[in-house]
Amino acid sequence: MNGFEAADLARIQFAFTVSFHILFPAFTIGLASCLAVLEGLYLWTGRAEFRRLFRFWVTIFAVTFGMGVVSGVVMSYQFGTNWSRFADATGDILGPLLGYEVLTAFFLEAGFLGVMLFGWDRVGRGLHFFATCMVAVGTLISSFWILAANSWMHTPAGYAMRDGRFVPADWFAVIFNPSFPYRLAHMVLAAYLTTAFVVGAVGAWHLLRDSYNQPARVMFSMAMWMAALVAPIQLVAGDLHGLNTLEHQPAKIAAMEGHWTTERGMPFYLFGWPDMAREETRWALAIPHAGALILTHDWNGEVKGLKDWPPDQRPHSTTLFWSFRAMVGLGMLMILTGLVSLWLRSRRELYHARWFLRGCVAMGPAGFAALIAGWVTTEMGRQPWLVYGRMRTLDGLSPVLPGNVALSLALFIAVYAAVFGAGVFYLLRLMAAGPDHVAPPASPRGEAAGMRPLAAAPAEPAP
Amino acid sequence: MSAAPFDLVAVWAVIIAFGVLMYVVLDGFDLGVGMLFPLFKERGDRDAMMNSVAPVWDGNETWLVLGGVGLFAAFPLAYAVILPALYLPLVLMLIALVFRGVAFEFRFKSRHRRWLWDAAFAGGSTVAALTQGVALGAFIQGIKVADRAFAGGPFDWLTPFSLMTGVGLAAGYAMLGCGWLIMKTEGPLQQRCFALMAPLGLVVLGFVAAVSLWTPFLSPAIADRWFSWPNLAYLSPVPLLVAIVALALWRALRRRRQALPFVLTLCLFVLSYLGLGISLWPHAIPPSVTIWQAASSPEAQRFLIVGVLVLIPVILGYTGYAYWVFRGKVTGAGYHS
Ligand code: HDD
Ligand code: HEM
Ligand code: HEM
Repeated sequence: MNGFEAADLARIQFAFTVSFHILFPAFTIGLASCLAVLEGLYLWTGRAEFRRLFRFWVTIFAVTFGMGVVSGVVMSYQFGTNWSRFADATGDILGPLLGYEVLTAFFLEAGFLGVMLFGWDRVGRGLHFFATCMVAVGTLISSFWILAANSWMHTPAGYAMRDGRFVPADWFAVIFNPSFPYRLAHMVLAAYLTTAFVVGAVGAWHLLRDSYNQPARVMFSMAMWMAALVAPIQLVAGDLHGLNTLEHQPAKIAAMEGHWTTERGMPFYLFGWPDMAREETRWALAIPHAGALILTHDWNGEVKGLKDWPPDQRPHSTTLFWSFRAMVGLGMLMILTGLVSLWLRSRRELYHARWFLRGCVAMGPAGFAALIAGWVTTEMGRQPWLVYGRMRTLDGLSPVLPGNVALSLALFIAVYAAVFGAGVFYLLRLMAAGPDHVAPPASPRGEAAGMRPLAAAPAEPAP
Repeated sequence: MSAAPFDLVAVWAVIIAFGVLMYVVLDGFDLGVGMLFPLFKERGDRDAMMNSVAPVWDGNETWLVLGGVGLFAAFPLAYAVILPALYLPLVLMLIALVFRGVAFEFRFKSRHRRWLWDAAFAGGSTVAALTQGVALGAFIQGIKVADRAFAGGPFDWLTPFSLMTGVGLAAGYAMLGCGWLIMKTEGPLQQRCFALMAPLGLVVLGFVAAVSLWTPFLSPAIADRWFSWPNLAYLSPVPLLVAIVALALWRALRRRRQALPFVLTLCLFVLSYLGLGISLWPHAIPPSVTIWQAASSPEAQRFLIVGVLVLIPVILGYTGYAYWVFRGKVTGAGYHS
């Protein structure tokens, strides 16, 4: 049967395109809120740094948003091209959820984006601020719906089966399915953290060049406050998320922990190599009872092991074990960064401790890495199910030839690498140029992008 | 077959058709602007062309997402059959849209590679238009279905008819783009667009005629729909209106009207679209699956229709507002100078 080969290719294709896509939203969700705050602060205080910072980040936002949109349009057609049996079976449930996403979020973002980017001297200040807020709200509404859809696939609820298709029985239960609140909270926090660490890295980079650079100080300080406050909250949210998963997808948790036999007071493996064939975790470095304590909040709690499931229903433990540890490890580093920033702040050394600034530059991509690691954990942990416990991944596939999928996969990889590679290059260059160089005089778009009314405002004293 | 006017499934078919029409006319003009790009070498002209669509292209493309997702929600079977059937053209279209979409920002960020993003913008727009037209033609021709899934081959979509609709739709988009530029620009750029509009119009009318004559031969049912009595009497205004619009367009061009050529091109699109609708109704997947067979459950359709009826007017409101904010002529020197 050639179905299997097509399935693998289709999975790789989905994973590849969605992983690329999510990098951009993760940044735009956080940045949109950040821009709304900056513009609000500027309108409220009238301070020049805020205006400059807004100008700086809005240019970066525009580039990222464009990439988010085009990679997202690809996603909305992937369900049908590669997963058409899945689309037919779940269309009644996922279709309306995505439909609401388009109606309440995508149009809102797109409609006000133009005003936000190009409308500076065409609308009043209040209206412009309103447009920025609408874009920010749109990104959050978008997260709400897409995560409702995704969570439903993990913890399906509120449906009935009719002729082999899922039909909605209770929309409230569909949307607020058991894992949704945790996933939404965890993802939005992840987006904020991702943005905070990028902003922090850019601030740190410029402070390393000139520690009296006022806009760089503002952005670095804001980012470090975010890290200090949000990273610990993320730990709590992640913990609750894990408990929820233990309740609804115990096989996933067992795979994440490399935990094979059901037992009381299981250890926590710091390191190890879960071996799918041997059904054991080799070379394990264990902390006794810690696993039970984390997962059940009880010294001797019982957790099911992977051997309780038949081999064809076990998620791939080797991958999950390590992707989960990568995410949590990065989360811990983020918490540490936040704590150190508080300590340095209290000693008034925040903008001068070069070792810390360098560390923050290095942490710039940490959010993206944690985000992908987290999604890999979640999604591969769902295997072999497409709709957990109900529909297998292999049964969701389209009747398309492997050759077609392979060709399109190759095209996507080549095109994404080239196009988004160039995009990231432009982003890095903009970031490196910094807030003092936002208006490239040669570009007419510079004016259109809202530079002109700002440049025309009374000159500000150099910092 | 139920024909009651409040039939939920039929209402949904109209909503999806409306969404697709919105997409075709809105993204149509900005894809068209992209296709005309290579004809204008001046940097200032190109900047003006790009600036004329930059604030609205994302909103325009969102109608494409609505079309896909609306189909997924209201007619999942159609979504699940049509997309695999049109696999390669759709993948090409998506990739073309990636190139074109990023060009808006990248073009102004690049220092030495502007030509590359100009090419991405023009090439992406052209390929997107062609593949959409090919997909349309393949859809009209019909798709093989068995056991709730696509049952044809990977190249079923590739036929002389679909190639013709591909070129035809691309020409139509170019014409829309040309009309848009007449409305939004002035000076030499606008003069060239005026000069281009008449030949483009002739080409497009040629394609409209060719598709109209060819389509009835694709299926006896379509021929029957148009040529049986009394349908013939009811339907004859459609081609007649097309002729009237064509004449009006010719006059508008001679009188150098600013907005009218664009508006009349829109009318031409709406009429042709209406003609297609008449040919295909009530099929969700021609020639075998009707909208009632492809529909999702009433629970699903009811849940989303509330949102559609409340939100589409709101969306049209703020989208209209965004167009209003950016009304008036653009120039290469940015929006306001
Ligand atoms: C947590 C948030 C999140 C997640 C998990 C996803 N997206 Fe996304 N998406 C967004 C958050 C977002 C966003 C923040 O709303 C974007 C990013 C940039 C943008 O333009 O809007 C967006 C853009 C975006 C667009 C373009 C919208 C437009 O035309 O303006 C589409 C069609 C999708 N997405 C579809 C998807 C699909 C089918 C996904 C799942 C497989 C998906 N997104 C995952
Ligand atoms: C945006 C963040 C997301 C990321 C990074 C992500 C990641 C992944 C990965 C890595 C896979 C491959 C798993 C495997 O085959 O082993 C996958 C599969 C899949 N995901 Fe997600 N996912 C995301 C969101 C979503 C959402 C929001 C949905 C649905 C609404 C979704 C639906 C699917 C489907 C249909 C598959 C293919 C079938 C499968 O392999 O299970 N994903 N995703
Ligand atoms: C600090 C400790 C953290 C813990 C304990 C934690 C816990 C978890 C758990 C248990 C899951 C799996 C959910 C499932 O079973 O489906 C998960 C998923 C995920 N994690 Fe974390 N996490 C942490 C930090 C982070 C950080 C720092 C980020 C990114 C900045 C992040 C991003 C994600 C994402 C995107 C997912 C997949 C989406 C979801 O299921 O919500 N996590 N996390």
